[in-house]
Amino acid sequence: MNVSNEKDWRGWRKIHYEADLDPHFAGEIASIPGGDKMYGCIQCGTCSGMCPLSPYMDYTPRRIMAMIRAGLKGEVMTSYTTWLCASCYSCTVECPREIPITDIMYAAKRMAIRTGAFPKRFPTPVLAEEFFKSVERHGRSSEGRLLIRFFLRTNPLKMLKQAGLGWKLFRRGRMSLKQETVEHSSELRQIMQALEHEHMIDSKTAERGTR
Amino acid sequence: MKYLYFPGCSLKSTGRAYEESLLESFAALGSPLSELEDWNCCGATAYMAVSELKAFALCARNFALAEQQCQQEKECHLVVPCAACYLGLIKAQKYMEEHPKIRGKVQKGLDVAGLKYEGHAFVRHPLDVLLKDIGEENIASKCVRPLKGLRVACYYGCQLVRPYALFDDAYAPSTMDTLLRALGAETVDWPLKTRCCGGSLTGTIQDVGLRLSQVLLTEAIKRGANVVATACPLCQFNLECYHSQMAKRFHEAVDIPVVYFSQLLGLALGVTPRRLGLDRLFVPLDFKATAPAEEVGAHV
Repeated sequence: MNVSNEKDWRGWRKIHYEADLDPHFAGEIASIPGGDKMYGCIQCGTCSGMCPLSPYMDYTPRRIMAMIRAGLKGEVMTSYTTWLCASCYSCTVECPREIPITDIMYAAKRMAIRTGAFPKRFPTPVLAEEFFKSVERHGRSSEGRLLIRFFLRTNPLKMLKQAGLGWKLFRRGRMSLKQETVEHSSELRQIMQALEHEHMIDSKTAERGTR
Repeated sequence: MKYLYFPGCSLKSTGRAYEESLLESFAALGSPLSELEDWNCCGATAYMAVSELKAFALCARNFALAEQQCQQEKECHLVVPCAACYLGLIKAQKYMEEHPKIRGKVQKGLDVAGLKYEGHAFVRHPLDVLLKDIGEENIASKCVRPLKGLRVACYYGCQLVRPYALFDDAYAPSTMDTLLRALGAETVDWPLKTRCCGGSLTGTIQDVGLRLSQVLLTEAIKRGANVVATACPLCQFNLECYHSQMAKRFHEAVDIPVVYFSQLLGLALGVTPRRLGLDRLFVPLDFKATAPAEEVGAHV
């Protein structure tokens, strides 16, 4: 089994050897502002209890916290949990150790998108990518167009099922296919280009955070 | 005081009624809102899942423009009605304040366009402005059509009060209740005020999203509400537009009108329903309940 190839994580064997764990994973995630509070997690499960989505997740937020600390990078990257997080911040507000759990979910999402390890046909990362692309190009999101691109990439048949809803919205002036854009879109693109290779946290900091 | 208004993408399409009713209501209260020129997306939820730094840069550009556009004012107040935009902008501001390194990087991006982020703009939600700046009594004194007969379930949603809770309580917010009660409506006791409506999951993973919204609606009905008031375009969309799909899936009718709190405010201030975008609703609001006897018919 090729451990170094991140794409091979899916469908990996169920037994873990210590050598399989990624010793840098926890540090990378903890490098976000406030992220090192994750090491203080007492596994109380308040996050899972508060999370309105935990019944639908493959791993509950509490387990995800433990898995990140243990270094089970592959499982976390390919899990549906982060992509089911609707970022309602219930866990963050309730956590007795003040761990920014929602932000940690975001950090995991970004890493999964960056490495291409996210569940490919799962709708939420696709929506995130399409939303990102549209805003990066035009500065604003055009809801009608975004939805069409989203359905084309995930399940075109579903678009037909939603046609009735679309028509109802259209008739009430709540949906259009017009491309929304900012006036100075080239200015905006320049800003984005200047930040193309920057990350919120430098990778050096990430390494230093490794335990 | 001049208020700059940041609409965000949703208020220009699915949430148009929110914009219409908000502008009308604020004008009726004598504090008109003027739209931030050339605003861009706030880099909310879905965007932050791809690049947080760029999301902050998007916010920073909005702030830089706002600061430019209210140079004559003593203070720069940016009114942000959409809960996702509201949180996105505040989050960006906090991160840049607390982490000079992040701020430096974002500013490097803005430099290319000759913009500068000063960081002195205030991000305000309309509910915050209504209660703190304009005042409950002041609003009540301008009420010409009390909202008698409306039993409202006030739904705040998640991102308006979490994680920062700057103008209301994170667990039991009450500003919307206070406002609507001052206008003559009754508000029902409803423990799901801030429980997540499913956000974009209603569109992406319907099995999950629809359930979350449906739970909110059935509870509101059970508690005796005859209308749900929201303060977020996505919450309103989720709670209003999928009634038939919910009924099919969960075998329980949930036909309750879901409006923006600003639409109820506008009605009470005497603005006509059409100008408040009430004709854009899927489930119509019963106006007769809200109009005094002699006015019934005049506005329908």
